[in-house]
Amino acid sequence: MEHVLYYLVFPGLIFTGVAGLLVTWVDRKVTARIHWRKGPPLLQPFWDIMKLMGKEITVPETAKATGFLLAPLFGFAAVTLASTILWMSLVFPEKGFSGDLIVVIYLLTIPAISMIYGGSASGNPLSAVGASREMKLILAYDLPLLITIFAVIWKSGMTLNLSEIVTYQQMNSPVLYSISGVLLFVAALMCIHGKLAFVPFDAPEAETEIVEGALLEYSGPALAIQKLTKAMMYFTLPVYMVILYWGGMNFGTVGSGIWSIAKVIIIIVLIILIKNTNPRVRIKQIMKFFWGPITIIAIIGLILSMNGL
Amino acid sequence: MAKVIPTGPFHPILEEPEFFKFHVDGETITKIDIRIGYSHRGIELLSEDKTWDQVPFLVERICGICSYSHPYGYCLAVERLANCEIPDRAKYIRAIVAELERLHSHLLWMGLAGHFIGYNTVFMWVWKWRELVLDALELTTGNRNHYANIKPGGVRRDIEDYMIPKLEKWIDELEPKCEMLIKVVMDDPVLHARLKGVGVLTKQEAIDYCALGPTARASGVAIDARADHPFDAYPLLDWKVISLPDGDVFAKAAVRLLENLESIKIIRQAIKKLKPGPIVNEIKEVPVGEAIGLYEAPRGETFHYIRSDGSNMPIRHKVRAPSYMNILTNELSCVGADLADGGLITAAHDPCYSCTERLSAVNDSIPENVLNSKEIARLSREKTKSIAEKFQLESNVTTDKK
Repeated sequence: MEHVLYYLVFPGLIFTGVAGLLVTWVDRKVTARIHWRKGPPLLQPFWDIMKLMGKEITVPETAKATGFLLAPLFGFAAVTLASTILWMSLVFPEKGFSGDLIVVIYLLTIPAISMIYGGSASGNPLSAVGASREMKLILAYDLPLLITIFAVIWKSGMTLNLSEIVTYQQMNSPVLYSISGVLLFVAALMCIHGKLAFVPFDAPEAETEIVEGALLEYSGPALAIQKLTKAMMYFTLPVYMVILYWGGMNFGTVGSGIWSIAKVIIIIVLIILIKNTNPRVRIKQIMKFFWGPITIIAIIGLILSMNGL
Repeated sequence: MAKVIPTGPFHPILEEPEFFKFHVDGETITKIDIRIGYSHRGIELLSEDKTWDQVPFLVERICGICSYSHPYGYCLAVERLANCEIPDRAKYIRAIVAELERLHSHLLWMGLAGHFIGYNTVFMWVWKWRELVLDALELTTGNRNHYANIKPGGVRRDIEDYMIPKLEKWIDELEPKCEMLIKVVMDDPVLHARLKGVGVLTKQEAIDYCALGPTARASGVAIDARADHPFDAYPLLDWKVISLPDGDVFAKAAVRLLENLESIKIIRQAIKKLKPGPIVNEIKEVPVGEAIGLYEAPRGETFHYIRSDGSNMPIRHKVRAPSYMNILTNELSCVGADLADGGLITAAHDPCYSCTERLSAVNDSIPENVLNSKEIARLSREKTKSIAEKFQLESNVTTDKK
């Protein structure tokens, strides 16, 4: 019963959903200010989701209905669970289990896989292109991301338990505050950006090329769930970065609580800035970028961290 | 595996109906089918029952962006036929408005190009700066678009003295922005990676396909109707034709950016040369005969042909918009490119589909279903009926009466 509450209310579904939508509001507002626009009111993301929830679902004739409609749910459930596990390691450290880091890594890949599945099931050629690009994108960013995570594990006393990683970093110093840490952080930030599929890595959802790609055929509540999944990812991934690379969060005192939230906001602002100062690049260039410079940066970070730098 | 990716007739990359079928192998485009003809409006026929003075209002509605270019081309033709020399002041006013329009069109394209490659910051910033140009157009002509400022024999509205300081101020404000834009585009490594070497149209191909305007000039063909067929104020002003050799999307963007500065230069000189005087030399009568007007629109050379039987209307008015030639170059520049670049390449010559469409002939041997309007109406009625039956609604659609 208790676990159901954790999953559905805090830190799971409701908390992550609301926080995720707030983050998308911040994103839209800051983007609008950069664009010299005014931006939406605070509740706009909630209204968007509510409006979609009330609409009809249309399943295209060419689609395999079951897979097409189930795919968003898988992604949604996975990101909720990932967020729950991440926050549990911060709020109730004793509830963590060894290996929850690995579980989170896999759970955070599922939304992308569900996009691939839903896009392929929709039977639309543009969605199929979007799905194939999403697949290439996962292949591109996964390698450097795993290398950085391995380096973090190395630096945090060889543990696969999230709460132990956080405690270790808080006892000693966060991964970020070292030469190797900065390199790992930069590489991971790029991978997170790719995971969120934002410009410049938004080839799978490129609106002006393939019309939102895998999302093209979705409508009504199914689209709302896809959007909500993306919003929750937008909140979960920065938290994930803070936990792994920036010493986690500490709500012991007011000052440390504010600093903990500020860390998440700083990462979100970095993402917004990257997003708004770059054009979209081609999928081939994305793969070259991740397998070239980013992987090299991650490997250098790994080697340095193995040598204690 | 070869697959067909449809772009259009409704697709977010362009606001007009057009249809490109990209035949792709993986993500590489192997062939492109170009279909236009979705928004034919019968302008030429309409033009034949308008008087000489009414036609400019009609032809400026051919295109919302080149709404000075089409009437300009038409007026040049009428003036040539009537052998009319327009007053000096009218020449410079025409040059000012025409170049403001070029600025607004090039900036509009720049913003859209930014949007196409997902660079919405450029989109919003450039369109903000474009407001300066639109303000200037509103000040000088009274309208942000569809200026209704040109007529055979001169212009309709004078540029008053009080407008000039404002106009100069806005132009001064715009120049550093255009220069900054050039720097941003020329120096950004990500933009280089995205635009360089994409959709290359070689010089020979541009000549073979009769490309026009910035599309041709970006491929090293320095053609410009303002220089090749000098008219009105242009031979009296100091400016140069911009041309770059590369032929890729980057060069097309660069040509337009550099032309912005030339336009600003022309406007500055024209403002200085404005001397008091009449602004129109009324044409009393258009003699029997035919004439051609060539004007360099922002997208390339606009061609207007008129024939007169001595009455108060043209008996034939033929229009060729520059996009008509440029759209076909997609056949060469798209092949071998990535699907991701397909939309960008087709948009790179700033196509204006609705302006282009004069007449479309449907070849019956096309091995696909081609429907005429009656068949489409019949199909849509049948569909409505079947839906009504399915949900047991009362159908108020009646079948065709025979």
